[in-house]
Amino acid sequence: MTIAPAQSAKVFELVASPAGIRVGLIEIRMHLRETGLSDCRCGTTEIVLAEALNNIAEHAYEDCGVGDIAVAITLDDVGILIEFTDRGAPLPGLSPPAGNPPVLDAPSGDLPEGGYGWFLIRKLTTKLAYTRQNGQNFLRLRVNLRGAQHAPGRTFGAWSR
Amino acid sequence: MDLSSSQHGAYHLITVNAARIDAAAAIAFKEALRSATSGGTGDVLLDLGQVAFIDSSGLGAIVSAIKMVGPDRRVELACLTPDVEKVFRLTRMNTIFRLHSDLSNTALGQTG
Repeated sequence: MTIAPAQSAKVFELVASPAGIRVGLIEIRMHLRETGLSDCRCGTTEIVLAEALNNIAEHAYEDCGVGDIAVAITLDDVGILIEFTDRGAPLPGLSPPAGNPPVLDAPSGDLPEGGYGWFLIRKLTTKLAYTRQNGQNFLRLRVNLRGAQHAPGRTFGAWSR
Repeated sequence: MDLSSSQHGAYHLITVNAARIDAAAAIAFKEALRSATSGGTGDVLLDLGQVAFIDSSGLGAIVSAIKMVGPDRRVELACLTPDVEKVFRLTRMNTIFRLHSDLSNTALGQTG
């Protein structure tokens, strides 16, 4: 069985390097803007995309600067479904990180300089599902653009639209 | 990464002349910031008015500025564009950094 993106999806092929991700994000944002999405919603979506893509490049492909990431974007009347496919290493424990809030009550010299990525993804998405199949990672996220945009993210065992 | 740096009385203004502080730019940004902050005195005011987008690696680089300047100098941020401000508010970094909507609201604006 293969997991195919939704039929109405627009698919982007990205190179899993910082420069490749930048090019891809600019291209995807242009697409989102052309669909009539507001700047605010384009911004929210780009933050989620950037953090998920950086994680794939840094961890699944171990920062090697090569590797392919497919990003399928589907807009519907509720929000945006984003489906990422890559051939890198699986997520540890086959489970997306919890994305705990950063600890900011430390002395300023000890403030964390990382660990914000999954927190932002969880904060801006309403559904998140990860599967590993045939040597590929499939990550599906839903950015809800209607109503409470910053509702806490939840993990669903099985994906439902 | 292109930064402009100028001393305005007790304030050290550093302007980021780039549209993105993302994973592709974060290391160069951090190095440029280290070089700029070492050449100034007083509290640092980072003008982010040209920065349209930041990701968590860029955010981490800005957090590192606090450590670069040490406990006796503050780091304040000015002119955040909407997407950048969103990242700061979501991560509650707006509670760590003083954010100024424009330069006229800062000590820099008051001293001319």
